[in-house]
Amino acid sequence: MAAVMRLVYRSSLSSAMGQKYVAFSSTAKVKAADVRAGQALPEKVKIVEVGPRDGLQNEKTMVPTETKINLIDMLSASGLPVIEATSFVSPKWVPQMADQVEVMKGIDRKPGVSYPVLTPNLKGFQAAIKAGALEVAIFGAASELFSKKNINCSVDESLQRFDEVMKAAKEAGVPVRGYVSCVLGCPYEGKVAPEKVAHVAKRLYSMGCYEISLGDTIGVGTPGSMSKMLEVVSREVPVNALAVHCHDTYGQALANILVALQMGISVVDSSVAGLGGCPYAQGASGNVATEDVVYMLHGLGIQTGVDLSKLMDAGAFICRTLNRKTNSKVAQATCKL
Amino acid sequence: MGNVPTTVKHCLSYEQIIQDYPWLKRWLLEEKTNTGHEFPEFVKIVEVGPRDGLQNEKEIVPTGVKIQLIDMLSGTGLPVIEATSFVSSKWVPQMADHTDVLRGIQRAPHVRYPVLTPNMQGFQDAVAAGATEVAVFGSASETFSKKNINCSIDESMVRFKEVINTAKERQIPVRGYVSCALGCPHEGYIEPSKVSEVAKSLYELGCYEISLGDTIGVGTPGSMFKMLQSVMKEVPTNALAVHCHDTYGQALPNILTALQMGVCVVDSAVAGLGGCPYAQGSSGNVSTEDVLYMLHGMGIETGVNLAKVIEAGDFICNALHRETNSKVAKARGRTL
Repeated sequence: MAAVMRLVYRSSLSSAMGQKYVAFSSTAKVKAADVRAGQALPEKVKIVEVGPRDGLQNEKTMVPTETKINLIDMLSASGLPVIEATSFVSPKWVPQMADQVEVMKGIDRKPGVSYPVLTPNLKGFQAAIKAGALEVAIFGAASELFSKKNINCSVDESLQRFDEVMKAAKEAGVPVRGYVSCVLGCPYEGKVAPEKVAHVAKRLYSMGCYEISLGDTIGVGTPGSMSKMLEVVSREVPVNALAVHCHDTYGQALANILVALQMGISVVDSSVAGLGGCPYAQGASGNVATEDVVYMLHGLGIQTGVDLSKLMDAGAFICRTLNRKTNSKVAQATCKL
Repeated sequence: MGNVPTTVKHCLSYEQIIQDYPWLKRWLLEEKTNTGHEFPEFVKIVEVGPRDGLQNEKEIVPTGVKIQLIDMLSGTGLPVIEATSFVSSKWVPQMADHTDVLRGIQRAPHVRYPVLTPNMQGFQDAVAAGATEVAVFGSASETFSKKNINCSIDESMVRFKEVINTAKERQIPVRGYVSCALGCPHEGYIEPSKVSEVAKSLYELGCYEISLGDTIGVGTPGSMFKMLQSVMKEVPTNALAVHCHDTYGQALPNILTALQMGVCVVDSAVAGLGGCPYAQGSSGNVSTEDVLYMLHGMGIETGVNLAKVIEAGDFICNALHRETNSKVAKARGRTL
């Protein structure tokens, strides 16, 4: 209808009539905008809290096991449905996660809450199961160079390694979440083709991952690249099996998440207090802050099940312990009003 | 379409139009399949760092530094740079050098340098100092109006009417601001209808553009959408701008929502200058660099050179001995 109005305006009309049409055009535009800006947002969004793993993994200060357990327990109390607890990766590579077994055994598991753990290989998977894990996660990259530099093998080779994990997980009846990193850009390759992202996402999905989390690892994405990528990926993987994992390194995370929601995504990864910097942009921020995401979602009338004030308590706790300022703007603003 | 005469309704009927112009159906189909009409093609950035930004910085900035900042910004491609405020130096000491600043800057062609003029005195001083565009600001909250400028909304409109009428005589365009559009530090929630009322008043008085300000940054895409829906019934979209504060990190998604609704003018401050007087230690204005990064990433033109804005931001942050509030500037400064 907006197009019809524009055309009529262009044809020969007196200026008085012209003005009326401009007014109608803007009304029509608002109606069309309604569709995009106001409609089709999910009623509920599942937040996957990655602070204790992805967040802490990228913090320089070593965090005592007790603190990690306390943090996870506080997060459990805030209503978060999924909390990534730790990573069963070799402590040689990630010393922060060396206490993986103690953390797993020490947390107070709240009924109804999931505590997935990262398992980069079969050995890690077996250790995770032994320590009581009920859900695991594996990760592939959408960039060949990133894969080689990060885990020392090509993307296809990494997916083959995960085959064993998938088999073992299926036998044990353990659900597996898949991560794809560098979906909107790579620190080495620069631009990443959406088709490559779709290829990796599809592989992980057909291998048996119940959900694929698409990660903007260096936070370079914008609503433009996010919507293009999701358009391509959602052709290969059903949108209700997709999640977004946005980094806020360039301040774009919330805008990217909003666009993802508008495209039907209803699972969002975030990290309490925006824990975790970016190893590729020293001093810059990494994960988007859960508090800021929840503030936005609640403002949109979307349910998350999360109690924002309890979440902020958890954020305040871990920041005190890490002796650092929170990366969450909501936390910064609220505590001083 | 209730107030439209039947003859016009007839002209506007879709079926009639298709009958009169048979080729239209195909054209419309092409238009529909043409993606990318969701966002404006061009967004005008109104840089408020030198005024709104510096006004909220504690450290008093020397006149020379202010002039240098504005001159650097003039070289970035920014089309509008709010230079200073002709408000009493008793209230805003940072802006005491308004005349010197306005006279000292090197005005780039094709760039506009509006200044704030809260009353006739300020307006006259501004014109004497060479101002070619001014701005007035109303509030959508009575309490905020009383506490901020010591009068009710209606009283402030009377003052502005005087300024706007005089400005009209001298052919000086006037921009209108509405503060507390998405929430007030004293009243809390603000009804969208109140915002539209104030916006409409300013527009009808003669302001060419109305900038809707989320003064304390509490808005979210939800409240932004509702507020704009209401205001767009009273003021044409192409006369609207959004002035988002990033105090709760919501500025960019709020701006995105506004763009999706057809707004194509965005206020921002280089380096995210200016804190929030209502949430001590928190950020205020959204950073121009971060806005540009998003817009350019979406293929929206602005005419602005991001690298040069980052330079200007670095300059002023050095002068203020503070870190930038812009995430883009932070990231760009320290990549591999």
